Amino acid sequence: MRSTSGSAVDRTGLTGSAAAQPAHRASSWPVARVYVEPLEALVLSAGALAVALVLFGVFVALGGRNPLAVYSALYLGGFGTRFSIEGTLTQASPIILTALCTALPARVGLLVIGAEGALVIGGLCAVLVATAVATASPWVGTLAALLGGALAGALWIAAAGALKHWRGVNETIASLLLNYIAIALFNHLISGPVRDFSQTLKAQSWPVPDAFRIGSIPGWSVHWGLVIGVCICIILFVLIRHTTLGFSMNVLGGNRRAAQVAGLPIGRLVILACLMGGGAAGLAGAIEVLAVHGAASESLIVGFGYTGILVAFLARQNPLAIVPVALLVGGISASGGLLQRRFDMPDATTQVLQGLIFVCVLASNALAGRWRWFARSP
Amino acid sequence: MTGAAGIGWYGVALAIVGGALRVSTPYLFVSLGEVLTEKSGRVNLGLEGTLLMGAMTGFAGATLTGSPWLGVLAAGAAGAAFGLLHAAICNLPRVNDIAVGIALFLFGIGLAFYLGKPFIAPRAAMLPALPLGAWSDEPAVRAALEISPLFLIGAALAVALQWGIANTRLGLLLRMAGESADAARALGRSVNAIRTLATTAGGFLAGVGGAFLSLYYPGNWNEGLSSGQGLMAIALVIFARWSPLRCLWASLLFGGASALGPALQTVGVTSGYYLYSAAPYLLTLVLLVYSSSTRHALSGAPSELSISR
Repeated sequence: MRSTSGSAVDRTGLTGSAAAQPAHRASSWPVARVYVEPLEALVLSAGALAVALVLFGVFVALGGRNPLAVYSALYLGGFGTRFSIEGTLTQASPIILTALCTALPARVGLLVIGAEGALVIGGLCAVLVATAVATASPWVGTLAALLGGALAGALWIAAAGALKHWRGVNETIASLLLNYIAIALFNHLISGPVRDFSQTLKAQSWPVPDAFRIGSIPGWSVHWGLVIGVCICIILFVLIRHTTLGFSMNVLGGNRRAAQVAGLPIGRLVILACLMGGGAAGLAGAIEVLAVHGAASESLIVGFGYTGILVAFLARQNPLAIVPVALLVGGISASGGLLQRRFDMPDATTQVLQGLIFVCVLASNALAGRWRWFARSP
Repeated sequence: MTGAAGIGWYGVALAIVGGALRVSTPYLFVSLGEVLTEKSGRVNLGLEGTLLMGAMTGFAGATLTGSPWLGVLAAGAAGAAFGLLHAAICNLPRVNDIAVGIALFLFGIGLAFYLGKPFIAPRAAMLPALPLGAWSDEPAVRAALEISPLFLIGAALAVALQWGIANTRLGLLLRMAGESADAARALGRSVNAIRTLATTAGGFLAGVGGAFLSLYYPGNWNEGLSSGQGLMAIALVIFARWSPLRCLWASLLFGGASALGPALQTVGVTSGYYLYSAAPYLLTLVLLVYSSSTRHALSGAPSELSISR
């Protein structure tokens, strides 16, 4: 995979082999480089967040608005009241799972950005499974629909992983293309073959049986999907930190050559990481259908997959860190409505802030490993 | 395309040709920009964001100044600014160019929608069209052969770049940064400076491609303007194996594939509309699978490129 022999090399005639460069060899499987010590990661991420907030303040000030008032509205809209906290938690629930779709393949050195497609396919398959087992008892039906969605998402992303491993297709581009193919397939099915024609206003699929719907956590207007997402993050964290499998994945992500020399089953690890990541994103789609919408419609395609990429990078591909980061980013998304009402700002405002955060977080990687103090800390 | 229904399947073919000529221009500009960037050894995955920023700036510029060509220039400048931003961040150590591209993709879309909100309107001062089909009496032929001057500029640029990269000093420097950073350093050239220049120029071209969307076809500014042309163009570059001239042919092919759905709709084939809209993505994926290999880098790929290995 890495070999640069062949016609690609030496077109300038100035050099023998470009492969003789240790520095750029590491960039071949690039994501692993973001691993830094937890404390340092925390400081870097918090610093990047602060810089992004300052830049955002400058941005809104240029637009003639008081940045402090906008900050306070951001807080109020995301975390200020019980109502806004519930909104934030509901937003965060799918983002936690879609972030895993980038974070898990990143552990083995893949940069996958296909969560949006896996979510859409997962939601669609949840509807199909729920319809197929419509007569089952409620618990069984819900479980079957969730598993169906997760399995579909898993296979969807595993396809990108398989193409990478056996065919050398760049997984970033492949997963991106799969997003568009998934959305086209989704639109085709919900506007024809599985359309609920009693709904005339918008194209949506058959509804899932009411008995299979996922309810709210008692006392809160937040659905159980959030709990499922948090549990999965904890399980995956333990898996990555404390099992042989997780160790193997980290070795592969950190140094592919070392993994080869150690005889690790690289193909199996790559596919497994993609299966797990895609499964999480597919589950997100299934939960959105079963808990929020009740059917598969365009409301599923609102960019949860893309927000998940940001969350994964901000959490530095750590499943446990994804939970608080998703709450933070979910809070920003949830406050969009308040910003719109109170300051008459466009609904893309929160997107601008998220983009700024993403850029700052990536730039902060340049500072990783610069301070000896972190290197000495336990 | 309106006349296509009257002349049946011949009209479909004509509509696809017309669509290819029309829809291919943004692909062409973005892919030429990406070729420049990737030849220098970096990937800019954020050109979708750049494309939308260009579309918004071009539309706003044309609305404010009344001149579509000033709008195109403004779009290019906005695109160049985004390219420069990408390059500046990637010049830092330990920063992954693909990830920065994704970040700028999201940032560019957000910023374009934010700044473009006041400009959402059905029309601005549009770019003129060259009626190359004026010889024909058939309205469908005329519609198909109405060509934007930007397409001709893009086609000329593809030829110029093809020649320039192979035969000029600047082209040699560009290839050197992309093929062997060490060689460039040994000759006392700053790899980062070359890559910054290439990425900025690439951003300029992607911005111009965006201006085509908002000022020619479809010719308005709204939030659903781009359907991922900026992203597909990156796959298109791989398909074209980093050759500007092949980018031209590939853009036409992609444009034709994009026009397939609407063209079939005109003759009453509406059932698989969404599936046909997936044609260019599927085509890209199939071609990518076909041309990739685990044993060697893609032929024609710059050696320093992280995406081709």
